[in-house]
Amino acid sequence: MLGYSIRRLLAAIPTLLLLIAASFVLIQVAPGGPFTSERPLPPQVLANIEARYGLDQPMWKQFWDYLYNIVFHFDFGPSFKFKDRDVNDIIAQGFPISLTYGFLSFLAATSVGVTLGVAAAIRHNTWIDYFAVSLGIAAQALPNFIMGPILILVFTLYLGWLPGGGWNGGAWPYLIMPVIALSTSYMGSIARITRSSMLEVLNSNYIRTARAKGIPERQIIWKHAMKPTLLPVVSYLGPVFVYVLTGSVFVDIYFSTGGLGQAYVGSALSRDYSVLLGVTILYGGLTVLVNLITDLAYAWFDPKIRY
Amino acid sequence: MFGSSKKTIELAEAVNEQAVVGRSLWRDAYDRFTSNKAAMVCVATLGCIVLFTLAGPFFAVWDNETIDWTAMGDVRGLGAPSVESGHFFGVDDLGRDLYSRVIQATTTSLLVGLIGAAMALIVGTLYGIVAGYLGGRIDGLMMRFVDILLAIPSTLVIILLLVVAGRSFIMLFVALGAVSWLSMARIVRGQTLTLKNRDFIEAARAAGVGEFTIMIRHILPNLLGVVIVYASLLVPEMILAESFISFLGLGISEPYTSLGALIAEGAGTMAYGTLWQLLFPLFFYVTIIITMFFIGDGLRDALDPKDR
Amino acid sequence: MALFSVRDLNVSFTTQDGMIDAVKGVSFDIEAGDCLGIVGESGSGKSQTFMAAMGLMPKNGLATGSVQLMGREMLNVSIPELNSLRGRDISMIFQDPLTALTPHLKIVNQMEEVLRSHQGLSGRDAEKVALGWLDKVQIPEAKRRLDQYPHELSGGMRQRVMIAMAMLCNPKVLIADEPTTALDVTVQAEILDLMVGLQKEEGTAIALITHDMGVVARMCRDVHVMRHGEFVESGSVDEIFSAPKKDYTKSLLTAMPRLDSDDAPHAVAADAETLLNVDDVMVHFPIKQGRGLFSGTVLLKAVNGVSFDLRAGETLGVVGESGCGKSTLARAVLQLIPPTAGAVTWLGQDLVGLTSHALKSRRKDLQIVFQDPLASLDPRMTISASIAEPLRTFRPELTLAERKIEVAEMMERVGLDARMVNRYPHELSGGQNQRVGIARAMINRPKLVICDEAVSALDVSIQAQILMLLKGLQDDIGMAMIFISHDLSVVRAVSNRVMVLYLGRVVEMADRDALYDEPRHPYTKSLISAVPIPDPHLERTRQRLRIPGELPSPLDPKAALRFIPSRLTSDAAYQPRLKEVSSGHFVEEHDPLETLLDRPA
Repeated sequence: MLGYSIRRLLAAIPTLLLLIAASFVLIQVAPGGPFTSERPLPPQVLANIEARYGLDQPMWKQFWDYLYNIVFHFDFGPSFKFKDRDVNDIIAQGFPISLTYGFLSFLAATSVGVTLGVAAAIRHNTWIDYFAVSLGIAAQALPNFIMGPILILVFTLYLGWLPGGGWNGGAWPYLIMPVIALSTSYMGSIARITRSSMLEVLNSNYIRTARAKGIPERQIIWKHAMKPTLLPVVSYLGPVFVYVLTGSVFVDIYFSTGGLGQAYVGSALSRDYSVLLGVTILYGGLTVLVNLITDLAYAWFDPKIRY
Repeated sequence: MFGSSKKTIELAEAVNEQAVVGRSLWRDAYDRFTSNKAAMVCVATLGCIVLFTLAGPFFAVWDNETIDWTAMGDVRGLGAPSVESGHFFGVDDLGRDLYSRVIQATTTSLLVGLIGAAMALIVGTLYGIVAGYLGGRIDGLMMRFVDILLAIPSTLVIILLLVVAGRSFIMLFVALGAVSWLSMARIVRGQTLTLKNRDFIEAARAAGVGEFTIMIRHILPNLLGVVIVYASLLVPEMILAESFISFLGLGISEPYTSLGALIAEGAGTMAYGTLWQLLFPLFFYVTIIITMFFIGDGLRDALDPKDR
Repeated sequence: MALFSVRDLNVSFTTQDGMIDAVKGVSFDIEAGDCLGIVGESGSGKSQTFMAAMGLMPKNGLATGSVQLMGREMLNVSIPELNSLRGRDISMIFQDPLTALTPHLKIVNQMEEVLRSHQGLSGRDAEKVALGWLDKVQIPEAKRRLDQYPHELSGGMRQRVMIAMAMLCNPKVLIADEPTTALDVTVQAEILDLMVGLQKEEGTAIALITHDMGVVARMCRDVHVMRHGEFVESGSVDEIFSAPKKDYTKSLLTAMPRLDSDDAPHAVAADAETLLNVDDVMVHFPIKQGRGLFSGTVLLKAVNGVSFDLRAGETLGVVGESGCGKSTLARAVLQLIPPTAGAVTWLGQDLVGLTSHALKSRRKDLQIVFQDPLASLDPRMTISASIAEPLRTFRPELTLAERKIEVAEMMERVGLDARMVNRYPHELSGGQNQRVGIARAMINRPKLVICDEAVSALDVSIQAQILMLLKGLQDDIGMAMIFISHDLSVVRAVSNRVMVLYLGRVVEMADRDALYDEPRHPYTKSLISAVPIPDPHLERTRQRLRIPGELPSPLDPKAALRFIPSRLTSDAAYQPRLKEVSSGHFVEEHDPLETLLDRPA
């Protein structure tokens, strides 16, 4: 198990490097730089600015310096737009917020989704099953940017129960709607995957043997059926986490929570490339990490994969 | 050796006349799909919506660009949906007829969905077949490439691309296509690998059929089932992705809109009592997505039943 | 009152094509200590009967009637009621031990939960009972096995574990659904002996479901013959075998090829030329092994030095258990897998290393029939298209109409109704699909056909028909055949010469009669003695030859010396050689039989 983990970790590093390089190159080839604006600057001023940000160096040196700073100093460089702020500052401000409700959404989607899926599979072809499937499909059709307006419509404008935005240090009335908006559609897809996986497991030969042994049904579900059922669900959870991350972009904008998403889209529109690059690398790195965790979890669930 | 030639020729003729038509797997799948009530209802619904986009413009009083200055001044009152003013769905915040805009937006969204899915399908399938069939090192390399690309959050890539290369119809398709062919390639490659090891492929090889012919004659038709199912799931995903981008303001630019952009606008004016601006595009959007999900489910049940 | 009593049992399933009656009004009793055999082919309803009795039917199944165990009704009762009987007073073991055990639970956990549910034992106490039973079913190193997962055990060991698990609570009735069908012949013999022994010691009544009349002859006291959901004939085992009354029973008994029958396969022309020459062929696969950060590669020697000749019109039977390399050998001969070493000479020309283009032209005469009829046909092509494909490849000059004629002709020859040209494989039965496979292989009149377990997946009566078909085609076309099978009786029925493989090496090769009447190598002897003969008297009085120990893994370097352990100490890498002991009869070096039998396992 340990060997497998180490090997997977080592394999993740080139992925990360490639990610950084690709993003870097992409931004370099984009037309227009961070300082092209409506007012043309005198060449001397432009040269000074570029020298200050290191943009006058050859590309490979820029890349090398950038990489060096990240790996050894964890420094993503200065923001191009905000003269007195570093990318690190911007990230440090927005990331904890995104992470909080992102993680809660992930938790909510997984727990509710799995519960719904298992309940539907156990009571196959009863009203619980039909209800859960319909709910799942309906939920999948309501992604975050649809749920957002609907939730605000109902809970803020009509009922006036919940505030329509802001963060307020993460107090729960400000958390609820972002979490529901972000988690609903994945709740639906996780429920459906869990349900079909469990249906397949319940039809397998070893469940038949367990029944023939006279073991109580509940024990069969928990001890024999759960782990194999969750196997495909676990491999789906990796991408779900990524979707939740990227979906948080929307939540930040719509609910004005001040998370990283606002910084991201803002930097995209204002061409603040260092922030753009920093956030992309951060999210990409998180993705790689989560994929690694999912792979390891997968191996834990299935003893045959232990290599 | 087995009887005179004349006798066998007669036999062959008799066979041609009396041969029973076999029940191919496609036929089976078609029967299963058509007997799935939920899926058929959704096909009908979707058909109605398509009909609406095609025939709707004939009933439109206003086009989708002209600003109705009278309604604009009093959007809440005069801009509400009514038959007399010709604004069947009301007007948007700038005074433009929502009915025509919704028709145009639905058309855009459907087109984006279909074309985007088609592109992803073609690129992904070709890539997947080649990787799966060649196997070994090449397959490893090709799939490593796909894995790395998959590690990058797709929405970020799309946003990046659109920001970097500018917003246009073409760029939108390129961006959407660039991220969605990946999972298709993975699925097709997996299926190709499974098929490659099946006995009938080995039988064809033992019978002297060339590798390329095997790919075309045997593997491709057996892949179609999986490809159809996942392509049908791709369409709503494309629409979703495009709507998300439009919602953020990075998608199609005026005067063209998509359902995502309309929903964004409608959501923005919710508080002012002009709910129709949100509800009409929302209704069309949700209906399209839900029907497509049911159809995709129905296709999967029809083409890959577990009870065989 | 009988121990287990079934009255008027009806089982039906709701499917897309309507209601299907699997079991139609079946009634029987099982007395204490009895061994009852239920014999039938696939689709006879024999498994469904007991699945219904144990409450293990799928959701779309419906059962009516009465099933009573010790006077308590079992059919259609509540699950908790059923659970008080299942696993405790009545147990069931199934056909495929690999999929029948939960893959992610250790053996000890799967056994302990039975004891906990029914007897309230857990922890150390449960472990002791479990260990005791593992010893009774003769699993070596039982303590270590408890801590392992199912996929770490061999097929035979898994089935022993299943039996132990079923017997944990000393049930009154044990239902065995095709318990040995998925196992090798020697392992099957051991498991059956084990069950007989258990029955004597514990007094358990056994209901044995099988399609193999030989197994019935060995194990059972009373027999019911089942067909299409009904009992066709019932009686004691002696009555059924010596004086069957119904035609179906008679046809079942005669269809089976028997080890002691005296039919002769067709003779080979004395002047037949040698078509194929296989010389010291080896096929080695590198396997990644090892844990930790670094993994090494070990060579899996699937075929490790096999040589033989084949003449025109001759049939060579290749026999061996799983892992002996017979299928790999077939594919190496046909160059579907490139041999790692050795030469394969066809009509004087070496096939190894030929370009795929040059090879392709040879393929016209080298054909193969596969084991699984349905899987070897493209599901999206009509059967006529499948049969016509070799014509398209090798005789492209034929027009569409000419091809159709050839296909129709071939279909009639193999016994298929030519009006089925447009049917698809999933619409036909296994036997019909295998005829399609044979038609496809024969359509270009090849000179050599390899049959890789071609009849193993078919019912007994169909097997007989297909064997007859193959022999008839051989008479017509005059092709040579390599017939691969694990079933010694079937091989005996078709072969002129027989080759016995063990872990990739030839241990004995001889003319058919010489091999079966006077086997020399201990492995051959144990194989032959393990095959069940459908004659109760003969079967029960036979001497069983059992070589101790499990079939070693092909990766084990000492595996080749299993029959010559005297060399283990002197030269562990020694490869035993093939010696000719009399004309045409080759035997690999081995230690005398007595020495082998005396060794501990």
